[in-house]
Amino acid sequence: MKKLTLQEKQQTAEALLHRIKDLHTEGENIRLMEVCGTHTVAIFREGLRQVLPKGIELVSGPGCPVCVTDQVYMDKALAYAEMDDVIIATFGDMLKVPGSYSSLTEAQTKGAHIHVIYTPLEVLTLGKQYPHKKIVFLAIGFETTIAVIGATVKAVAEAGLRNVFFLVSHKLVPPALRALLDRQVGQIDGFILPGHVSVIIGEQPYAFLPMEYAIPSCIAGFDGVEVLSAVLNILEQRHRGRFEVGNTYHSVVMQEGNLVAQQLMDEVYDICDDTWRGIGVIPNSGLKLSEAYAHLDVEKMIPITLDKPSLDPKGCQCGRVLQGLIKPNECPLFGKACTPDHAIGACMVSVEGSCAAWYKYGYASGGLSWEE
Amino acid sequence: MCLAVPAQLIAKNDAIGTIELTGATRDCSLLLVPDAKVGDWLLVHAGFAVQIVDEEEAKATLDAFRELEELEEAYFAGKTTNS
Amino acid sequence: MERIRLVHGNGGRFSHELTERFILKYFTNDLLAPLHDGAQFSVSAGRMAFSTDSYVVQPPFFPGGNIGKLAVCGTVNDLVMNGAIPQYLSCSLILEEGLPFDELDDILATMRDMAEQANIQIVTGDTKVVKKGEVDKIYINTAGVGMIPENIHIGPSYVKPNMDIILSGSIGDHSIAVMGQRFGLELSENIKTDCAPLNHMIQAVLSKVGPQVALLRDPTRGGLGTVLKEIADQSQVGIKIHQSKLIIHDEVQSVCDILGYDPLYLANEGKVVLIVEPSVTDEVLNILHSFPEGREASHIGSTLDKNLGKVGMQTSIGGMRLIDLLGEDQVPRIC
Repeated sequence: MKKLTLQEKQQTAEALLHRIKDLHTEGENIRLMEVCGTHTVAIFREGLRQVLPKGIELVSGPGCPVCVTDQVYMDKALAYAEMDDVIIATFGDMLKVPGSYSSLTEAQTKGAHIHVIYTPLEVLTLGKQYPHKKIVFLAIGFETTIAVIGATVKAVAEAGLRNVFFLVSHKLVPPALRALLDRQVGQIDGFILPGHVSVIIGEQPYAFLPMEYAIPSCIAGFDGVEVLSAVLNILEQRHRGRFEVGNTYHSVVMQEGNLVAQQLMDEVYDICDDTWRGIGVIPNSGLKLSEAYAHLDVEKMIPITLDKPSLDPKGCQCGRVLQGLIKPNECPLFGKACTPDHAIGACMVSVEGSCAAWYKYGYASGGLSWEE
Repeated sequence: MCLAVPAQLIAKNDAIGTIELTGATRDCSLLLVPDAKVGDWLLVHAGFAVQIVDEEEAKATLDAFRELEELEEAYFAGKTTNS
Repeated sequence: MERIRLVHGNGGRFSHELTERFILKYFTNDLLAPLHDGAQFSVSAGRMAFSTDSYVVQPPFFPGGNIGKLAVCGTVNDLVMNGAIPQYLSCSLILEEGLPFDELDDILATMRDMAEQANIQIVTGDTKVVKKGEVDKIYINTAGVGMIPENIHIGPSYVKPNMDIILSGSIGDHSIAVMGQRFGLELSENIKTDCAPLNHMIQAVLSKVGPQVALLRDPTRGGLGTVLKEIADQSQVGIKIHQSKLIIHDEVQSVCDILGYDPLYLANEGKVVLIVEPSVTDEVLNILHSFPEGREASHIGSTLDKNLGKVGMQTSIGGMRLIDLLGEDQVPRIC
């Protein structure tokens, strides 16, 4: 499959920026929210903010699954990690996320058995390899990852493994967008929609954005050029005065999404209300294992009660950062008490967290300062 | 939030495929794309193919970008001849 | 299959057998031959560089090399980064009980070959055996010495603004060769460690334009990103590089994409960053290009008299990305 060469990329970016500038009136303030951590990182890595016209502001939304995972979930995960006969299987993303009193990395130094995996399917191998241990998989993530974990849940059930369990905290993107708009927090003039989530769910679940809220949006891929083309698409919608769910990622995002994956998710999970870190409960925004798979739910099969209350870190503004209400450097802890090496909030821990990205890419001092 | 890469399916054994990236091959579950055929490009996330890449569309996107470049070059060419 | 036993480290008859069966088989030179408590040799007057490193790579065998290759090249290259001509190396082995003899043979044969290639001698050493599980097969420490020619002055304090930054080749190959094997990836044959002794290539540069070379650094652990940021801090200059000048092999980039790694922070074992006076940049590039390990060398950027302590990378779409030190280790991510 062909890709753009670096030189073509440079020329395409120039052309796109040209059109973006044409459609943007000087002095006009437009805030676009990207709801995907991979976009957040791409925007920094490619230095997109500096090339966009002043006035077009990109703000990060609740698009990092690790960041929106609630404190109580982390505390439960840590409680399981401390059990002698438990092996925690997890994506690398979760290692450093602070619970109320500890983190998985810290638990590991005290002897907890934590296994970083690339694909959830590795839990099947682990289950067979350690028949006398209980494997607890930290099942987090948005729709893309949910589909993949859902397929794994089914595979574990079919394999009849009795020692593999799931600690589920899945989050759904569309209800979160609705919640942001309902709360009318901050100005949002358009959404750059997550490409890989949309691969699974398609375009339809976002239809409420133009129809009920009159907000333009566009599904985008993850290259700098693809993000720019989504920005252009949104500006074009504004220019025409007609809003829709744009899609500049047609090569993998079909209108109806991946129907096989959707069916599988329906079978394995039931929709429930869920708590988002710093934001609170959002109706119908989470998933739990359905009755048929309840025997794989670690909370049902190995119930625990947390002996200490879950505490949100004092002073941490992750919740406001996640909603795009403040920029990371407007949090009083940013870059002082809270740095990637000594993170207080989840947004500073995850590679995709907006605080971590701001810090890593030089915004620690309050803004990118580079003299030409 | 979800890293995924395109890779080509080079072998298929029931629901397990072998995918090839430029630098590596690995096994990949095809449970979510049962219609995938050897030779297809797949979008892979965490060891699962989550979609078959529509190559026509991928090419169309690329062509659209290239067209944009050409228009841009023409635009700049016009500018430099004037100066 | 014969394997290392704990008794091979007790200092008695079995230890002697180990020395004869392995060490003397691969390392033979006049300085080592007496098997005394240390090596004795004469040195010329002047400045000497002395460096040491321990090698604990997991797994010990990887595409294109093994821990023995790293142990020789790593210390040789550390000496080279001081502007020195490496001469003698020591070698301490810490072996895990149960290590198969043939694996030890492979590693020592590689060390012998690398020492030959780098034109240095391994003149003293030690061997210990520890219980199974206490190390992963084998750990190696090497230390080395070399003399620095008179007109060569290499160090962060010699770096000034408006110098050119040259990188001797592609980045990320070593890390991907070592780590990519995990996580079920079958790597293509094109991915190999870049591990190589750099002394001949760097001596060729220094003998021509030594006084115009301000700094040599090998971007090993922490990768190119970390090394550049360290230089900007230590030398109090700004650094600007161009993404389009960096070479990342397609194979390496695609494994990075799948695991979520950033190639800027991956370790290299056969690369060097040179900071030189702009007047000699073309000459240095010509010399580097004439060596296999420098054939992809390119001028990636320059030092600046502003943005002190900062490293900026001009991206392919024209933005500026600031580069910081590597923080946490890179682990496979879903997001």
